[in-house]
Amino acid sequence: MRNTFTIAGKELTGYFVQPVAYVVLTVFILLGGWFFFAMLRQFDEMVQLVQMMGRPETLSQMNLNTRVIDPLLHDLSIVLVIVMPALTMRVFAEEKRAGTYELLLTAPVRTGEIVAGKFLAAAAFTLVMVALAWIFPLILMVFGNPELGVMFAGYLGLFLLALSFVSVGLFTSSLTQNQIIAAISSFGILILLFVISWPAEAGGGVVWALLKYLSLPEHFSTMTRGVIDTSDVVFFLSVVATALFLTQRSVESARWR
Amino acid sequence: MGAGVRGAGGAVERMIDVKHLTKAYGSFVAVKDVSFRAERGQILGFLGPNGAGKTTTMRIITGFMPATAGTVEIDGLDIFENSLEARRRIGYLPENPPLYLDMRVEAYLRFVAKLRGVKRGEIEAALDHALKTTGLTDMAHRICGQLSKGYRQRVGLAQALIHDPPVMVLDEPTIGLDPRQIHEIRDLIRGLAGGRTIVLSTHILPEVSQICDKVVIINDGRVALEEMVKDIPEGTSLEEVFLHAIAREGHAEGVSAEEALEEVGAGHSA
Repeated sequence: MRNTFTIAGKELTGYFVQPVAYVVLTVFILLGGWFFFAMLRQFDEMVQLVQMMGRPETLSQMNLNTRVIDPLLHDLSIVLVIVMPALTMRVFAEEKRAGTYELLLTAPVRTGEIVAGKFLAAAAFTLVMVALAWIFPLILMVFGNPELGVMFAGYLGLFLLALSFVSVGLFTSSLTQNQIIAAISSFGILILLFVISWPAEAGGGVVWALLKYLSLPEHFSTMTRGVIDTSDVVFFLSVVATALFLTQRSVESARWR
Repeated sequence: MGAGVRGAGGAVERMIDVKHLTKAYGSFVAVKDVSFRAERGQILGFLGPNGAGKTTTMRIITGFMPATAGTVEIDGLDIFENSLEARRRIGYLPENPPLYLDMRVEAYLRFVAKLRGVKRGEIEAALDHALKTTGLTDMAHRICGQLSKGYRQRVGLAQALIHDPPVMVLDEPTIGLDPRQIHEIRDLIRGLAGGRTIVLSTHILPEVSQICDKVVIINDGRVALEEMVKDIPEGTSLEEVFLHAIAREGHAEGVSAEEALEEVGAGHSA
């Protein structure tokens, strides 16, 4: 346990002395701001339109959660698909290239502790990212009254989604000493998990159900609508657990070959 | 074998025991049936031409990679079976000093100390000692990436000794340094010895005769010679021994210096 925290501490400090993390954070928040602005403009226009038409019952159905936060979270999830691989690509690949991998693997530390430490640090950084993205709901809360619970569920979904991206990124990084290869393969896997249910929509049966189950947006959408379903939480945690298990095996495999 | 189990002085404690080590990368066999041992307090010079299998052997000894066959025991602990305990006893300086270039020297050494299991209350003392020993006290606040090659090597040595290990494995500690730095690092290594067992690989021969108690010459993945430095006859240079040892082919077992020299002598007189 102590080793895990030692590694996590060193990694987390590493994020804050390297430009990559700041670039990731900035791109994430700036793009988020742009999407938020666009969504608010649309919402505003729609409200005016409805008011002009003089239909108060439609007006009362218009709601900041479904019209602004829900689509914003989906946009942010796409930004994450692009920036998270950049955040995680160096985690193992760079250690291999720089030779510090030998230091880690010859220290009296279990490979599981190394993987856990690196994941914890990336998770903590992700938490900071998602927490900063609360700036958008906070602005809404100043000028309107969106439902807090629904937003909380949505942001929890975004965090869990980001954690599964992190764990996939750690896995691909553990396979190579080339950061570009790590980033592109993790990008590929994430995109695949986003579109995996597409061909299935035409078909049916067990395959359809399976592909739909594996689709990340499927589980994410439930949460952005404000529903925290245990099965979705379990799904994301299983993705994390599976990817981290594979990462541990991949690091450990240096000891078999 | 010439060397046998003679200790450097008094009681014999076998700190490194390498038995029949073989390592294959696919069909390429890098190390073939290598055996040697080092007792407590010995400095063992591990010699061989480039590509002879020195780095591979050291990586197996330190538990970085497994052997295809054979065993390594550190202080009686198998590096594979009892890996964590064995690794705790080793300080390892790989060929390239394993530095995190964006960290400050002291932060880096503190991290390594924790990683190698130095107790919380003893970390500052260990850090102080490592910095002093390697002459890095004035560099403690510098960022590793900004250090010169010589200083990086010192930080590499500092991380290898910070947990006060009974065994140190140093892979070409003086490579790429200028003559003055080589001299300093050698002095440093000699100073580290004491009760420690040090394995040091190099292809600089005078280095071995100057600081080592024992020499193991490896060639083409095999041990070509295992001998105490003091048993190498007066007046023969290690270079002759080395060149002759690596010229012999097909010897799985090491030969003694006397045997090697007999043939060198024969060669000269012919």
